[in-house]
Amino acid sequence: MTAADGHAASQTERSWHEIVLQTLKRNEVRLVPYVPDRVLTALIRSLHADPFFTTFATAREEEAVGIVSGAWMGGTRGAVLMQTSGFATLANVLASLVMPCQIPLVMVVSERGTLGEFNYGQSLVCRTMRPVLDSLAMEHHTITRLDELEFTVDRSIKQAVTTQAAVALILSPLLTGGKVFDK
Amino acid sequence: MNASATPTNRNTKVMNRFDVTSRLVNRLKHEEAVIGGIGNTNFDLWAAGHRPQNFYMLGSMGLAFPIALGVALAQPERRVFALEGDGSLLMQLGCLSTIAALKPKNLVMVVMDNGLYQITGSQPTPASAVADIVAIAIASGLADSTWAADEEDFERLVDQALSATVPILIGVRIDDKPGVGITRRDPVQIRERFMTGLGVRQAL
Repeated sequence: MTAADGHAASQTERSWHEIVLQTLKRNEVRLVPYVPDRVLTALIRSLHADPFFTTFATAREEEAVGIVSGAWMGGTRGAVLMQTSGFATLANVLASLVMPCQIPLVMVVSERGTLGEFNYGQSLVCRTMRPVLDSLAMEHHTITRLDELEFTVDRSIKQAVTTQAAVALILSPLLTGGKVFDK
Repeated sequence: MNASATPTNRNTKVMNRFDVTSRLVNRLKHEEAVIGGIGNTNFDLWAAGHRPQNFYMLGSMGLAFPIALGVALAQPERRVFALEGDGSLLMQLGCLSTIAALKPKNLVMVVMDNGLYQITGSQPTPASAVADIVAIAIASGLADSTWAADEEDFERLVDQALSATVPILIGVRIDDKPGVGITRRDPVQIRERFMTGLGVRQAL
């Protein structure tokens, strides 16, 4: 049983994706482009179902970062959803657009490559994520617990906006259950 | 557009980026936003005369159209232009399908096509001898994509785009002349001035 299953067993607790959606909404984050990920499917589906959000798939993660950066300059808040391997494509846009222009980019990264990964390539690419974030001195949090999720997401969005600095919110398999090899 | 057009039999005039950019800017009367792609594309936008509604991209090659899409989504009442080089667009062709799927009514894309990575030493792009950018755009779902035949035709296409209700892409064949100016590379000030120009922020 995963931590996520354990939490889901409680009738009174909201799921991780309900908390993320409601916290984005409460902070007026309306524009949510994404490159799909299995673990994020429930969140993506509920974003599509809620007319508050403008949410759509992009061909590449950096494209989504460009869209959200433009929207921020136009007065609309956004967040980009991706998985770990997608983050690995972003070093150039983070260093040449997001950081120098001080864009409060919010990234929600479903973490693959650890805690039961079955694809060696995913586990290797995962090891590049935090060194890239650290090399840019970019704020990032790995969220493992449901009871810390709302606080972390809410405060991180507020800090990103007020300090005009990007943040990566990494959703650990401890929170989401992750993706498991089921064959 | 001529579907069989190849670089050897195109009937479009080879124009000049600074001249075409100046013609575009001169037709903007309603605080339209303009996103200038990396390198010479934004150098010539800068040289055409700075406007508070201009954003100059200093890195992130290929993201002029996605950034413009974000502005267009955030401000649906404002017309948003994006100027991009052919080499830059080749790095992010997927964005054409994203834009086609979202159908923003207020987004106009201009591709400055000289078939060269001009700023790095004028190496030909892999597309230059074999591909047609406007045909790629049409096949990506952007039905209103057209090569400008000459300067007059470009101005006509811009005028049409100013009142269009679908995303518009205009291809412009350009020469190999370098950019006329050099953008001041001050990213925070560029971003802040742009947000002020769009009415999102008030200057301190």
